[in-house]
Amino acid sequence: MTNVAVHLEAQQHSLQAHAHDALASATTHTKGQQHPIKLYLVVWGWLFVLSTCSYLVDYFGLHGYLRWSLILLFMVLKAGLIVAVFMHMAWERLALAYAILLPPVLVLVFVAIMVFESDYTHLLRVVFFAPTA
Amino acid sequence: MAETALTNNVEPLARPEGWRGIAADWSSDQRAFKNVSWGKAMMWIFLLSDTFIFSCFLLSYMTTRMSTTVPWPNPSEVFALTIGDKKIPLILIAIMTFILISSSGTMAMAVNFGYRRDRAKTAALMLATAAFGATFVGMQAFEWTKLIMEGVRPWGNPWGAAQFGSSFFMITGFHGTHVTIGVIFLIAIARKVLRGDFDVERRGFFTSRKGHYEIVEITGLYWHFVDLVWVFIFALFYLW
Repeated sequence: MTNVAVHLEAQQHSLQAHAHDALASATTHTKGQQHPIKLYLVVWGWLFVLSTCSYLVDYFGLHGYLRWSLILLFMVLKAGLIVAVFMHMAWERLALAYAILLPPVLVLVFVAIMVFESDYTHLLRVVFFAPTA
Repeated sequence: MAETALTNNVEPLARPEGWRGIAADWSSDQRAFKNVSWGKAMMWIFLLSDTFIFSCFLLSYMTTRMSTTVPWPNPSEVFALTIGDKKIPLILIAIMTFILISSSGTMAMAVNFGYRRDRAKTAALMLATAAFGATFVGMQAFEWTKLIMEGVRPWGNPWGAAQFGSSFFMITGFHGTHVTIGVIFLIAIARKVLRGDFDVERRGFFTSRKGHYEIVEITGLYWHFVDLVWVFIFALFYLW
């Protein structure tokens, strides 16, 4: 069935009509993943801009929380653009999107655990193994 | 045996959207991913598992970096290159980032032309993607050589915390392996596109299943994932 759908979509597709409603809503479309080239070029451009921005954060030697938040912000934006547009997740059904995108979010719990873990490891190292000078 | 005639020619009912859609799609022992072929669903699930692998690498890197009492080598200086007389921080990594992003752009367009059944353009864009990928791996080999010459080893380095080397080689090595496999994957599929396999639905030599242009999109999913992982490595390892 799906293969038939995939083939039909390639033939009977009006690009312009699709461009807007595809962006407007993340609804199902059994017609498959056909989006205007312009959309990809725009995303490509944004990825370049965001990468340049994150490189400039390092180039100008920003530090502290400003550096962290900028780097993480650019990282999340780039990842979002790639997954949503290049990997077409914005146009998939929610059942697939949630099945794939929720589990990696739970990794953040793991991150939190390891932050605590390394905090006290660091503390113990400083307290008990500091070089006596 | 005679084929059973399909009597139900009625259009299927529209499926619910939103939260109701999730419940409806996942319930009652049915196929959960309604409009996605098994090939695409399995690629997504594979990528999910790969996400966990890279998450573990980055997490172990974070843990060692946060818990060590020895100062961490400054990536901005370690990966600086001297071009002319100027020392430019991280420049090689920045160029590698742009190359990988460009390869993602050409890949996205290859998928598009694939569904339009434009064989020449699809194959050309896929080969361009593969060329970008090979360039990336080449630059990574250069980077590794440079660092090894400067004395970076998995067990130590001249600038600080010993774990720098092991984290670096493990994370970038695993990512580079993914890029290399992606390049091979791209070339294999581009060859099939050029030969017209997907226009005549030629069966694969290994799976014996009919080939479709959807495989270009599935290859693209893998390739974009490789780019996605680099976004995280770039931010967390090189810029941190």
